[in-house]
Amino acid sequence: MKVKYFAWVRERVGKAEETIEPPASVRTVEELIAWLSGQSEAYAYAFEKPKVIRTAIDHAHVKSDAAIAGAREIAFFPPMTGG
Amino acid sequence: MTCPVTIRIQEDDFDIAREIAILTDSRTDIGAVVSFSGICRADEDSAKIAALTLEHYPGMAEEEIRRHADEAISRWPLNGVTVIHRVGRFMPGQNIVLVLTASQHRQAAFQAAEFLMDYLKTSAPFWKKEESATGTGWVEAHARDDEAAARWTKS
Repeated sequence: MKVKYFAWVRERVGKAEETIEPPASVRTVEELIAWLSGQSEAYAYAFEKPKVIRTAIDHAHVKSDAAIAGAREIAFFPPMTGG
Repeated sequence: MTCPVTIRIQEDDFDIAREIAILTDSRTDIGAVVSFSGICRADEDSAKIAALTLEHYPGMAEEEIRRHADEAISRWPLNGVTVIHRVGRFMPGQNIVLVLTASQHRQAAFQAAEFLMDYLKTSAPFWKKEESATGTGWVEAHARDDEAAARWTKS
């Protein structure tokens, strides 16, 4: 699946997007964040406060317990500050 | 009655008078147009801002604004909605966002404009980074914006 990062999440991860293949045991957004956090210090830093992170699956906001099965694109970003 | 919806995300500035003219062109059913423009301020909580950079999530930003425009149309008798959000780097005094709502009567237009702005601030994927004399940093979300958006879910 494709993963995108925005704002300070992007800066901390060090890339805007990538394709990942998490193991089948990773089923929810929460589990994906935990799995990514274990990949490197950059991810651990980006996701150090997982409750702050907002997630979208295929361009729609989802909660941390949302299932990731079938997702084409998952995005992680901080609370929005537009307008 | 049709309600045309225009949603644009662009680097270029917008012309409010021109956008209102497009919305009301050759229509006689519109009795009220409310316009809200958001402008880059020179200070945030007493800190001086030199510039703001707006980043967005292409694709989702347009879709999220469209979802809320559709909801506004289902809640109020609207005759037209225009939302233009700029991205890029802005200096104090420059336009950032424009919301236009048209209706037969003012109340629907006022309420829908406020509704759209409240959701634009809390759920449309845009982020501001500010530059000041002390460096650059991402703007933090305000609880007051969440509270403003939450009041629309109360019946």
